[in-house]
Amino acid sequence: MDHTHGQSALTPTEEQAAEHEHQGPGWSVYWRVAVILTLITIGEVWVYYLPAFVASRLFLPTLLTMSAVKFAIVALFYMHLRYDHKLFRTLFTGPLIIAIVTLFALMFLFGHLHLGHGG
Amino acid sequence: MSATVSHHYTTTGLDNRKIAIWAFIGSECMLFVSLISTYLIYKDRSRVGPYPHTPWTDPSTGHVYHAILNIPVTSASTFILLMSSLAMVLALSAVENKGKPQRNLGEKILGNSKLWLLMTALLGLGFLGCQAFEFTSFVNEGLTIKTNLFGSTFFTLTGFHGAHVTAGVIWILSMLFIDMKRGLGPADTVSVDIMALYWHFVDVVWIAIFTLVYLIR
Repeated sequence: MDHTHGQSALTPTEEQAAEHEHQGPGWSVYWRVAVILTLITIGEVWVYYLPAFVASRLFLPTLLTMSAVKFAIVALFYMHLRYDHKLFRTLFTGPLIIAIVTLFALMFLFGHLHLGHGG
Repeated sequence: MSATVSHHYTTTGLDNRKIAIWAFIGSECMLFVSLISTYLIYKDRSRVGPYPHTPWTDPSTGHVYHAILNIPVTSASTFILLMSSLAMVLALSAVENKGKPQRNLGEKILGNSKLWLLMTALLGLGFLGCQAFEFTSFVNEGLTIKTNLFGSTFFTLTGFHGAHVTAGVIWILSMLFIDMKRGLGPADTVSVDIMALYWHFVDVVWIAIFTLVYLIR
């Protein structure tokens, strides 16, 4: 089987798609992303060991935000969603949004989330 | 065979293997969010300990169980998994750029796909080692999958994740074997890419688990 990227054998659409699939950042971006991920992880563990911060209302939103940023960075740069075709983004974010909405719905149904005051 | 057939391009102009892996990852999102939801719903509803973040005294024996989660070990395993993702993107980059001239030692190291695949597999095994240590210590401290709601949901969630990491390590070692046998090159980019996507997905799931299960009290 011929696995080479025969330019002449590919239609323009296929060539464009192949470019989409293989475009991506290089080493300079990858190591920066790794450093950022490490620093955020250190930040997460650091706030976990601050009793005053754990007791504050900022604890939960801070951790969730840091986790979401890490998640997004890995998806965008390591999984190449920032550079890849939008269909891949849709295939990933569509089910993810449905799943997250389901999670919040279940948390609400089982009394972990409350609407209005006292929530 | 023509290049059109060998690349499995669809009417979208995209390789169907990549579409399939993204669809699979989308379905896996559903699976893991359902497991995380179950964990969060039953959180703090265990009638007996040990508990994840607070000590518990067994009223029948007087034995005191300390908070069971070991954050330093889990933080280390999280770091290991994040670094394995870095090694994986470097392995993919090395395969994509195979055959290009390497002018210095740095480029030779970065262009060595076998090195980065091996590194990824070893880091994955390191993560599994941390998980095996954690599970063993939990069982020794009296927490099993049958002990309480926390044990049931925790072991199910992290066990499923561990099984996915195990599958990923086997996949990486298989790819390393192929690389050693015949060498991987730009023509294998999509094969390595879909493996890398799976591995990064396992990483992002752990990012969520680490925060929601281990850090949030």
